[in-house]
Amino acid sequence: MHNNKSDGDMLPYQCPELNQLKCRNEVNSKPHGQRWFILVLLLFFAGCDGQSWNNPYPAQERFENTLYSSFSERPNHLDPARSYASNEIEFTGQIYEPPLQYHYLKRPYELIPLTATRMPKPVYIGKNGKRLPANAPVNKIAYTLYDIKIQKGIRFQPHPAFAKNAEGEFLYHQLDEQQLIKIYKLSDFQETDSRELTAADYVYQIKRLAHPKLHSPIFGLMSAYIADLKPYAGKLKKAADKMEGHYLDLNKHNFAGAKVINKYTYRIKIKGKYPQMIYWLTMPFFAPVPWEADRFYSQPGLEEKNITLDWYPVGTGPYMLTVNNPNLQMVLEKNPNFHGEVYPSEGMPGDQESGLLVDAGKSLPFIDKVVYTLEKENIPYWNKFLQGYYDVSGISSDSFDQAVNIGAGGEAELTDEMKEKGIQLKTGLATSMYYFGFNMLDPVVGGKNKSARKLRHAISIALDYEEFISIFLNGRGIAAQGPTAPGIFGYRSGKEGMNPVVYKWVNGKAKRRDIAEAKKLLADAGYPGGVSKKTGKPLLLHYDTTGSGPDSKARFDWMRKQFKKINIQLVVRNTTYNRFQEKMLKGTSQMFMWGWNADYPDPENFLFLLYGPNKKAGLNGENAVNYANKKFDKLFIKMKDMANGPKRQKVIDSMVDIVRKDAPWIWGFNPKSFSLSHKWYGNSKPNFIANNTLKYKKIDPVLRYQKRQAWNKPILWPIILLVLAMIVVIIPAVLIFIRKEHTSGRVGEANKA
Amino acid sequence: MIAYIIRRILYAIPILIGVNVLTFVLFFVVNTPDDMARMHLGMKHVTPEAVEKWKEERGYNKPLLINSEAEGTSVIRDTIFYEKSIGLFTFKFGRSDEGRDIAHDISQRMWPSLAIALPVFLVGLLTNITLSMLLAFFRATYIDIAGVITGVVLMSVSSLFYIISGQYLISKLWHLVPISGFDMGPNAVKFLILPVIIGVIGGIGSGTRWYRTIFLEEINKDYVRTARAKGLSELRVLFRHVLKNAMIPILTGVVVVIPLLFMGSLITESFFGIPGLGSYTIDAIQKQDFSIVRAMVFLGTVLYIMGLILTDISYTLVDPRIRLE
Repeated sequence: MHNNKSDGDMLPYQCPELNQLKCRNEVNSKPHGQRWFILVLLLFFAGCDGQSWNNPYPAQERFENTLYSSFSERPNHLDPARSYASNEIEFTGQIYEPPLQYHYLKRPYELIPLTATRMPKPVYIGKNGKRLPANAPVNKIAYTLYDIKIQKGIRFQPHPAFAKNAEGEFLYHQLDEQQLIKIYKLSDFQETDSRELTAADYVYQIKRLAHPKLHSPIFGLMSAYIADLKPYAGKLKKAADKMEGHYLDLNKHNFAGAKVINKYTYRIKIKGKYPQMIYWLTMPFFAPVPWEADRFYSQPGLEEKNITLDWYPVGTGPYMLTVNNPNLQMVLEKNPNFHGEVYPSEGMPGDQESGLLVDAGKSLPFIDKVVYTLEKENIPYWNKFLQGYYDVSGISSDSFDQAVNIGAGGEAELTDEMKEKGIQLKTGLATSMYYFGFNMLDPVVGGKNKSARKLRHAISIALDYEEFISIFLNGRGIAAQGPTAPGIFGYRSGKEGMNPVVYKWVNGKAKRRDIAEAKKLLADAGYPGGVSKKTGKPLLLHYDTTGSGPDSKARFDWMRKQFKKINIQLVVRNTTYNRFQEKMLKGTSQMFMWGWNADYPDPENFLFLLYGPNKKAGLNGENAVNYANKKFDKLFIKMKDMANGPKRQKVIDSMVDIVRKDAPWIWGFNPKSFSLSHKWYGNSKPNFIANNTLKYKKIDPVLRYQKRQAWNKPILWPIILLVLAMIVVIIPAVLIFIRKEHTSGRVGEANKA
Repeated sequence: MIAYIIRRILYAIPILIGVNVLTFVLFFVVNTPDDMARMHLGMKHVTPEAVEKWKEERGYNKPLLINSEAEGTSVIRDTIFYEKSIGLFTFKFGRSDEGRDIAHDISQRMWPSLAIALPVFLVGLLTNITLSMLLAFFRATYIDIAGVITGVVLMSVSSLFYIISGQYLISKLWHLVPISGFDMGPNAVKFLILPVIIGVIGGIGSGTRWYRTIFLEEINKDYVRTARAKGLSELRVLFRHVLKNAMIPILTGVVVVIPLLFMGSLITESFFGIPGLGSYTIDAIQKQDFSIVRAMVFLGTVLYIMGLILTDISYTLVDPRIRLE
């Protein structure tokens, strides 16, 4: 199905003839004037190339095995040491290959080797330097070693950084002005080459995390775990300050945190025990970077032309970035040197039935080329998807009603219009969480005292997140019951996962407690009827937020209404994101709403958001509510080093109980992702953790071409009508003009006389 | 005239300094260097050390306008304002806060802006002048009244409405052109049709009314009556006399915008996915990239001043009585 070469060769050959014939027949059957009119129009709009006039892509691409997608904001960084945002990893995830990856189909998410030959096993080293058993207590472990063996024969994509002359010298590592004159983009280099991937490339990249000029976003976090990373950064800084040229050769600076064992094996040394390290090894931060690329891009002449590693990645992955004009278009093309990988042959129950295992064992990637077009506005983006010019689409709230019907039971179904087009809907609960936070440093809503806790409980009941999801998210989410998200170990659903502070279990489902209970809690907290017993003044709370426009206003009104239900007056302090962040850093806000996307599928990545030493105020951590509970913190330290299993689940349950009672968050909602794709798009299964899933996707370009043609037939009558209307207006005007001219002429003649 | 131009260029210097100061103050009232660093470093795991390092590398760790700890000229020179501004006056825009060369970006992105702005400007000018002359010709008739009313209606409609309804009708409903996108070279034509049509239609209301007023003012002058009295046809009166004499007020509005055509349109570029300078500026504001914002404001000011000087020069070309001294 995906060897479209034969189809692609045949159809374009037949089609122009057919189209020419069609054009000729149409032209011959029209009156002479109309014929010319239509001919001119055809030439003007489409050159009679047989494709729809509104097709934004070149005609020759119509049968190519190309996926068309879009991006709304240009990625800032494509350097694997720097890229972290989802719109950046969307590209780097396809280009760079870290040693590990997630299984595409299996749930819960399962780690499998990517370039590694097998899953690395941690080796624990005691303080005396001796190896410890796998079940050694955490406090005995001084270091953890991960030895990662990579596959042989993997090669980097073709790149000028590897190109050498006959003498074996690099062609483009010493560029002079004369050579640079002709260079505007990477493809202007005539020669490219490649070389085999080695363990040293992985070590080089880990060193780059400490590079003084790169500001890797995970340097701070990783320096707490990777041995020697922080001192190494100091060494590099000193070396960079003394350096005369532009290239800081990391190979000259030894690093104890990662070292090459042999050509295909490297070792990462972790301080103490950090089981989550294994998840980081799936991210581009730990993908290989060849020193040649770093050396090549560090030349000042290239930097001035914006040719940098941050702009033109060099990887071993299934795709390589061949066009990088993020103001217009970015193009990924199949890496000719890709080492090969096959589509998984195992999945989850139901995957077989839904056709997700049809391609089991076939070579990846399926798609030859991916064209990402910059699309900033929703309207053109959505319409292009409906016209078949984008293969996949999300659903904005503006177009939700056009695409999806929500049934009485909350189930999502495509509208008839979408069904007619054969569009497919995929939904899935994202590994994300949006919460309403109480600043625990605040004297009114914060603190551990009973009064404040009851106040938080009262507000937790009053804030009806089911209503919020229904109004503002079109039902795309579920009210959260605790600090973790579905799909993550430790998350419980059903009765045992229900938050008893806010819900009761009634008739087999969680029911929000009555507002009367919230009012009672409020009275117990010292605010009967929303009035402070102490001061006799109405309770006034402040909600810090950012947002502008009609949508935000509706949200603010809704929020006020929720507080009004228990007679609390809410003041919405709407500000810029900068000021909001400042308030969070200083711990001066009272209440706010924020969110978290999981980096990896481990409960530690959510529960650390409530870990005391991770406070935002003063410590700059991610615990934005500045919550601190000794018992919780103790359990967190225990839980983070445990392996998944009943014991860990028990600890997580205890932790969740603690925070539910303390209620530093209202547990907000876990968003549900809705994604649409056309009939010709296959192997699509939502995966919210893996970032290298493009290689599994497939398309049917022939079906796409047929549908595009059928959906986008040009409608000419408006143009004809417009011309007729112009004639109707112009003829009387010309007549009046002639009459007037004639009259003025006579007047002129009379005057002459 | 050369002395006049030199004088005008010299006048421009304090204006440019003023605009630069204003941009600087407005930007840093809203954003602190710490905010900028956090915005560029991302949302997760940003440490205070990383923020400090980012600022240091880009020179944002210095005082804003006055360095009270420095001595001599360093009081002024060793500040963010001085360091970020001085290069502008030699048109060295430097690097963006992301590290990209701004001059290179501008040179790449001005052409798509121009590809939209120039046809809109030329076709719009031609359309507006033609229609307004028609209205002037049919003055005080139903055609004129209908034209004026239509003009007012067209003026009252938001440009966003033209864009959305244009995209809906022409591309979505009738499938005549791509709804958005851009390409270089001859392929660009199919992407330019819709924004150009919308741009021209969007400007017809105000343009036609403005030029109609100018023509009507001229039409009532003595020389027109003389021309008519000599027996010239109305067409010749309009095109050979009225149009020529109406050129000064027309040029006032027209020439000044010519250099600004390079700067692009913020909304149009965003809706049609045109990678021009308008969207470049908007992106920079959203990403709090001061280096690009100040460069674009500076460039806009220079082009506007250039437009004003060109307007003055063009007066001498259309009216021999005017001399620049």
